[in-house]
Amino acid sequence: MAERKENKAGAKRLRNIFFGNEYKKEATISYGILIVGYILLQLGANAGLIGRNLQGQFVPICVYISLAISLNLVVGISGELSLGHAGFMSVGAFTGIIVTRMMEASMPSGNVRLFFAVLAGAITAAIAGIIIGIPILGLRGDYLAIVTLAFGEIVRNIMNVLYFGLDGKKLKFAFNHTIDGVEGNQRIITGAIGATGVTKTATFTTAMLLTLFTLFVVLNLKNSKHGRCIMAVRDNRIAGESIGINVKKYKLIAFVVSAALAGMAGAMFGQNYSTLAPLKFNFNTSVLILVFVVLGGIGNIWGGILAATLLTILPEALRQFADYRMLTYAVVLIVVMICTYNPTIRARAGMVWEKISPRKRRKKKAEEAADHDETGKEEM
Amino acid sequence: MADDKIIKGDPMNTDISDTGHGYEDRELTYYDDNVGGRAVFVDAKEQWGDEDPYPDTTILPERDKDMTPVLEVKNLGIDFGGLTAVDNFSLAIGRTEIAGLIGPNGAGKTTIFNMLTKVYEPTRGEIFFNSKSTEGMNTVDINKAGMARTFQNIRLFDKLTVEENIKVALHSYTDYHLLNAVFHSPKYRREEKRIHEEAMKMLELFEMTDVADHKAGSLPYGAQRRLEIMRALATKPRLLLLDEPAAGMNPSETAELMKTIKEIRDKFQIAILLIEHDMSLVMGICEGIAVLNYGRTIAKGTPAEIQSNPQVIEAYLGKSRGKMEEEEDIEKQDPEAAFKKGKVTSKVESRPDRAKPAADHAKGTPGKTDKKGKEIR
Ligand SMILES: Nc1ncnc2c1ncn2[C@@H]1O[C@H](COP(=O)(O)OP(=O)(O)O)[C@@H](O)[C@H]1O
Ligand SMILES: [Mg+2]
Repeated sequence: MAERKENKAGAKRLRNIFFGNEYKKEATISYGILIVGYILLQLGANAGLIGRNLQGQFVPICVYISLAISLNLVVGISGELSLGHAGFMSVGAFTGIIVTRMMEASMPSGNVRLFFAVLAGAITAAIAGIIIGIPILGLRGDYLAIVTLAFGEIVRNIMNVLYFGLDGKKLKFAFNHTIDGVEGNQRIITGAIGATGVTKTATFTTAMLLTLFTLFVVLNLKNSKHGRCIMAVRDNRIAGESIGINVKKYKLIAFVVSAALAGMAGAMFGQNYSTLAPLKFNFNTSVLILVFVVLGGIGNIWGGILAATLLTILPEALRQFADYRMLTYAVVLIVVMICTYNPTIRARAGMVWEKISPRKRRKKKAEEAADHDETGKEEM
Repeated sequence: MADDKIIKGDPMNTDISDTGHGYEDRELTYYDDNVGGRAVFVDAKEQWGDEDPYPDTTILPERDKDMTPVLEVKNLGIDFGGLTAVDNFSLAIGRTEIAGLIGPNGAGKTTIFNMLTKVYEPTRGEIFFNSKSTEGMNTVDINKAGMARTFQNIRLFDKLTVEENIKVALHSYTDYHLLNAVFHSPKYRREEKRIHEEAMKMLELFEMTDVADHKAGSLPYGAQRRLEIMRALATKPRLLLLDEPAAGMNPSETAELMKTIKEIRDKFQIAILLIEHDMSLVMGICEGIAVLNYGRTIAKGTPAEIQSNPQVIEAYLGKSRGKMEEEEDIEKQDPEAAFKKGKVTSKVESRPDRAKPAADHAKGTPGKTDKKGKEIR
């Protein structure tokens, strides 16, 4: 009996550590999904249960999860609509490629090159975030969405005409024309063709580490003075100002951190392919990332993780539909959106969940028992 | 160690002997060019006669008289488009005074709060807070200078918990930067622990520790109003502005609130300016009262003076007393006496002839001064 009580107290303490408040709960579920997912996929791949095609999606899945988490910082936590996330991704990707190409001769370790690529991607994307963030964060709602959309398109168009090459050890760049004297594999980025001859350095493990890092940063930030100020301003701007919160400063923090994390994810993405065209980072990609966030439930980080995973796998799984692939994809998306946002369907799902979930059932039983106790006392 | 955290006017650490308001090192920007300090008021009276633009500091509470007022407002006015919402408003509030601002709906009371906190930029007039002009300051600067407010239409951070609502108001006193936040460094943990304790202390004071983890948006009305006061207090103000703190409360909640407001003043030694329709509360705790009607000040004085001021009674009760006498309610049969007893509340406010100016304003185009583009209440 005493032992059982002790066990119960221990279980309670454990529950408090992992699910004690909203932040802990969110962290436990999010880290849990990532770690369990990583182990399962890794085991499945080793056992030969997962096909080549799907294995090829491991790094992109991690990248898209990172992007969903970082965009949630702006859309969910800061409450602003950003349509230019692919722009930051692009900046990070191409910066990373340039950095690894420059290091290739002197640094044989792929992981070290990858690390510097990601770091450089974070820095350049953060700078881009500051440059566009400062003038536009005074804007609200729709305006911000339009300006970020334009930013993404501007980055893509600039990348379309940008040429980078290595002349010996010197990095050279030009607008709108190839660089004289830089031929063949000395070329790093060739305008609209993009980057070619990239040595792949990204692996599932490193990509997952980056995803975990992104999650770590966003969750920690959320549960801090800065996160609270960002969310306060989201909930009520005027009240936020009335308690002395500098609205622009905190919106900028959210925006720039989000941009830097997108730059890192972009750099990882760029290290996963031997060629990469600027077209990859177009408006569709920005919207896709936003869809992950919206589908997962705005502000719900682990929802975004699941949405990013499923929506990255889905197109591969739908390969057998060939021509109808994108159509099927769109239909699935619409149906899922309607299901998650329709209040009656959600209520129904909640009821079903209550019936099948053992914990909820136990809780209900306990409540009923407690009610019984109280009424019993009253009678006495 | 904790001592160096004491900040001027820090309500959680106020030692009554040293009120910590920093009068000692006040900057005499306003009085400087007048040798002999406050003699200026006499000169001004002579010069301006009845149109005295200087706030009347003679009605400050006795104990506050030898200190500069925490707030001095001179000839404050604002126009929305062609409409004058507030005009010629002057007021002085003592360092530890509880002052009241009353008047029918649409009189311009909230608008005055909005001008004091720079939610609206005044069209005319000057505001001296803690002896410094607030010209060029914005809402954030005003709060940092030591003015905090609540809102008539509650504005909490609904999706944050009760505790977080207070913690976020402590942000200026939470000393760590972004990298600490991102990596949850030891400094982050120390500071978070400290402000958690401070927030819990505040919650204890208001007897709300049991709802610390609840979402602010899910609280009952009265608790939301109290949380707004706590949040404002957490910024450690010198002057607390309360916009209809008792609105929507039942009589026992109101009585409780009245006690709380007094306690706040006594414990933190700060000034409080409150807008309220509940006369029992206003007459019960305010030391000085200003009455507003159609944007103009119609009376200033102590509760006793205000209660017997014929203009005030007229503004509050209107001319159509005959109609009201027909009603059976004993208090309403003699509204004047009811008013004096402090029992007239916003019921009288909502009479249609009083609501009219508000409707007129609503039709008018917002003025230049309305920087936020919409009415903030
Ligand atoms: N931003 C604004 N634009 C136009 N009119 C306004 C604005 N803010 C307040 N007013 C008007 O000013 C008058 C005073 O309002 P207010 O200060 O809210 O009154 P109250 O004394 O009830 O708090 C009202 O007629 C109101 O309609
Ligand atoms: Mg009002």
